[in-house]
Order: sequence, then structure tokens, then C-alpha cells
Amino acid sequence: MDNDKLIIGGHEFNSRFILGSGKYSMKLIESAIKDAGAEIITLAVRRANTKEQENILDYIPQGITLLPNTSGARNAEEAVRIARLARELGCGNFVKIEIMRDSKYLLPDNQETIKATEILAKEGFVVMPYMYPDLNVARDLVSAGAASVMPLASPIGSNKGLATKEFIQILVDEIDVPIIVDAGIGRPSQACEAMEMGAAAIMANTALATAGDLPMMASAFKNAIEAGRKAYLSGLGRVLTRGASASDPLTGFLRD
Amino acid sequence: MVKINGEKLNIAGKTVAEYLATTNYDPKRIAVERNGDIVPKSQYGDTLLCDGDNVEVVSFVGGG
Repeated sequence: MDNDKLIIGGHEFNSRFILGSGKYSMKLIESAIKDAGAEIITLAVRRANTKEQENILDYIPQGITLLPNTSGARNAEEAVRIARLARELGCGNFVKIEIMRDSKYLLPDNQETIKATEILAKEGFVVMPYMYPDLNVARDLVSAGAASVMPLASPIGSNKGLATKEFIQILVDEIDVPIIVDAGIGRPSQACEAMEMGAAAIMANTALATAGDLPMMASAFKNAIEAGRKAYLSGLGRVLTRGASASDPLTGFLRD
Repeated sequence: MVKINGEKLNIAGKTVAEYLATTNYDPKRIAVERNGDIVPKSQYGDTLLCDGDNVEVVSFVGGG
């Protein structure tokens, strides 16, 4: 397990839990990162507020990789602008592309995401596109230079779990860059299941932000993700199509 | 007029650096875009804001 690294765009990580930082107090970020064992945290880019003196970067420990998202972008052009601004903020060249045309379901626009991926990969970004799990789109994203692919499990913030399970499995089986399940994972058991399927990592935000005890839930997710990873690496036991199979010897019974 | 983060301000003729000096922004924590292009920090002093410019000043916030 010590050699089991998550590699994204040539960068190595030990943790397979990507933490969101939205919808909770900045003061909880440090303990969330610690209890999650996270090495990557997502951020959003917004118009700066002249009245606010506190900045989220003051709460993120050194050595944590920042993964800015392009939320708010409605098309590739806006995503590219946000990504460039994020890089100008001086915290590395990772970017999670997030392009949405509607605010009701917040579903990613796969076609615009491919366009933005191509532009940003050429500019040297480590591009991690959030997408609706579709094999053809995932292949196009990889061809466009994506360092990973981030399929949604269910709608953002819904905590509904692996609604797209079958399609994520296809991506895991067919795509050579890390498949990071993003959006909709609400419980540690769902994160564990995705990892058992062979997902490379899990990204979660709302599951923690809406939990009763955020740092404790971060720790629960950490354990679930590690358990799922170990199960995947060890190879899951087979499932019988029908009938039963005894675990005990079928000889030496106390009868006859 | 110069539009900064959606707000029209009467600061045409000032440089980006001069404008920022009138605000509370922490220069280390912001990025500036003018008419769709990044203004690198090293050019804040040389970049004149013109009438009709559209400027965005952004920073990181919590997000997923």
C-alpha cells in the first residue's frame, strides 16, 4: 500500500480523498484537511470582496495542493478565463473544469468541457474536468489532454450516491487516466463502493458540509476510501449467480 | 467610466496599481483581469485604466 500513489499530471499523492472547501466555516478547514488526510483541496474563484479581510488561503496549511474550480462558467470561454485568473492567484496550475448551463440541476456541459480542456491543457494546466459520465466524452477529454476525469455520481450537493454507477464503471474499465468520482457522494459507504469499483479517488464537499460533525465525517470518509481502495487492490471475492457455497468443510459431519 | 466587478467607477486615467491602492484588497490574494486578459502583478503600475474598460478583481473562496 505504501507504493500505491495517486498520480495526476505527473504529481504524486498518497491520499485519495479530494476535499471541498465550500459551505462551511474557514475555521474548520484545517481540522477537516487533517482528519480527511487530504492532500488536495478545491476552491472557487469569485469577485474579491473589499470588505472581507480574511482569505481562505490563510486557513489552508502549507503543502496542500490547491485545485481551483471554474464554477460559475457557462461555457468554455468563461472557464478558460477563470482558470487563468486562478493560476494568476499564484497557487499552482491545477484546475477542475466545471461548466454548467443551468442552475437547477447543475449538470456539466460535456461539449464545452472538452473545448476548455483542450485550451487549458495546451497552456500547461493540469486539467481535471468534471463531467457527466459518458465513455465517448471521457475519451475526447483524454485526447484533449485531461490529467484525470471527474464523473458525477449524482447531482451536485444531493448526497444521493452512485446513481451513475454502471457508467462510472465503464470509465474505470476503459479510461487510462485516474477516474475521480465527484459530486453526489453523500456517505462514506458510497465512497467506499466507488473505490471498490476501481475509482482512483473521491471528491466530496456537501457530504461533509452538511454532516453533524464535519471533522469526524472527514475521518469516516478517509477510512471508507482507504477500505475501498484496499478491497479493490486485493480483488473482490466472486458473486454467485445462484445458490450457495459453504464456507465450512462438507465432510466430517456428526451424523451417520 | 471603468467597470470594476460590475460597478462603474470614475477612475479612467489611473493605473491598476493606483486603483488598488484606494481599496482594501490584499495584493497577494487577488488576480486582475482587464477586458478579458490577465494583468500580471508586475504590470499593475504600467496598466492604465481607460474609459469603457471592464475589469475583474478576483480571489479564492470556499468551493467544491
